[in-house]
Amino acid sequence: MSYSMLLSGLSLLTALLFAAALLIGPAGLSPLESLSALVTGQGEAAVLVMREIRLPRAVLAALVGASLGLSGAALQGYLRNPLAEPGLIGVSGSAALGAVIALQTGLAAAHVLALPAMALAGALLAVMLLLLLAGPRGGAFTLILAGIALSALAGALTTLVLNLSPNPYAAADIVFWMMGSLADRSFMHVWLALPFTLIGWLLLAGLGRGLDALTLGEDAAEALGIRLNRLRLGLVLGVSACVGAGVAVAGAIGFVGLIVPHLLRPLVGARPGRLLLASALGGAALLLASDIAVRMILPERDLKLGVLTALLGAPLFLHLIYKTRAEQGA
Amino acid sequence: MPERVVSINLCTDQLAMMLADEGQLISVSMLARDARLSPMADRARAFPANHGQAEELFLMRPGLVLAGRYGAQASVNMLRRLGIEVVQIAPARSFDDIRANLRSVGAALGREDVAEVLIARFDADLAALAREGEAGARAVVYAPNGFTSGQGTLVNDMLAAAGLRNAATEGGHSGGGRLPLERLVTLEPDLVIRAARFGGASRAEEMLDHPALAKAMADQPVRPRSGGRYICGTPLVLSAVAELAAAARALEAR
Repeated sequence: MSYSMLLSGLSLLTALLFAAALLIGPAGLSPLESLSALVTGQGEAAVLVMREIRLPRAVLAALVGASLGLSGAALQGYLRNPLAEPGLIGVSGSAALGAVIALQTGLAAAHVLALPAMALAGALLAVMLLLLLAGPRGGAFTLILAGIALSALAGALTTLVLNLSPNPYAAADIVFWMMGSLADRSFMHVWLALPFTLIGWLLLAGLGRGLDALTLGEDAAEALGIRLNRLRLGLVLGVSACVGAGVAVAGAIGFVGLIVPHLLRPLVGARPGRLLLASALGGAALLLASDIAVRMILPERDLKLGVLTALLGAPLFLHLIYKTRAEQGA
Repeated sequence: MPERVVSINLCTDQLAMMLADEGQLISVSMLARDARLSPMADRARAFPANHGQAEELFLMRPGLVLAGRYGAQASVNMLRRLGIEVVQIAPARSFDDIRANLRSVGAALGREDVAEVLIARFDADLAALAREGEAGARAVVYAPNGFTSGQGTLVNDMLAAAGLRNAATEGGHSGGGRLPLERLVTLEPDLVIRAARFGGASRAEEMLDHPALAKAMADQPVRPRSGGRYICGTPLVLSAVAELAAAARALEAR
């Protein structure tokens, strides 16, 4: 399959899933009724359901999914390690900690952008710490171990902050921050996440050539005129910005950045540069599909998205660990 | 008649404060002092507060511990192992449960006569309040995370007594459970009774400010419920019923 065919196929899939996300929901509107309400604004309740509830939810699923897929592909390309994923290595968890601190200290209420900015700061701290610990070459196990420690710490501190909140419902929010959900999100959340998400996408999209060159090794990449410091800076800021913004509004959803690049890598001829755009589209499609599934399986239980992505991703992750071990001949 | 009675549950706290003899009740739970949860918060401050931990309760040398049916099960088991009598009271799911719980706590405290007096007064007050006949406006009670109260809940009885129809039951909702926001919007209720907000921030409460809800109810009242009168089955629910009945009358007059 050619690269352009793959991209068209993924775009079409994402568009179809986006439409399905708009048509499926507990209100039980017919597809025709839904679409006419969305486009023409006829029918008061139906318009509210379509424009204020389903549309922002679908937009967020696409935005957050794309960010996660893209970040996973970029991290894996830079670290040359197929296990790197924002959720698994503690970046999402740290972003959630930043978001929870912003909410519980009142910063988020005082300034609109404080919530995504604090989530970004949390993610940034985690990415920098991971690169410091795992080094640029990112030995697989060092990275995963550092990620486990960071995830555990971020999870514990998030739980602590929410337990100390004067709000009795804050403790129930722990599940949301750990597992992620798009239930009852509104356009306010879309506008909150959009600026940092776009900045992150732009930074990561520019890394393609550098990541391709890096497959030849660092020296060769430098000889090809790639400035590694700049590449690293773009990666760190790009991942932090789009993962931070996504987590701030949707909680930490794991494994998307693992599943999508893994499935698409053979289809792009294992070129990390091409994998970026393909993974962004694939991530959007996967999260849209997951969000449709949580609404169809248990519509009244607000099943968490991260539960579903973990059920898909964890077996794959174990398989990848096994394969990595076999390759190393251990 | 048991002496040194300790209550460790928000709802048994209130029943015990209503029923116990002078000096019979020696401690109520910490939550009973929180005016957002407890309509008897002022009274509760007259009693030393407990946190429902078996160790602190044992040190109070209680003659009887009143607990809820659910939650704190570990503490209840521990207290029973230590030889302390514990009476557990199930949460009220109807007006009948309120009468039954008054009787149970009254019997446990040896104050059956007081319980009967309270029940008679409750029945008289309810009869004076209750709006018979055609139920009019359609209401939904909406709590954080989209929880609502359908058939077989105390709130359902309260709405009915106030002359309101519980719109959540139209979707076949029974018991408590989530009512998705888009279902609430398509139900188009005449009145939404929203949980009062606590301090701090939580995502669970944030959804009550969703623009879809605000726009759907732009011309209809959204009333905060407050003071914890919807939480526990005691005769105090009637003051909430009176407010609901007033809201129902206002809606019908429009």
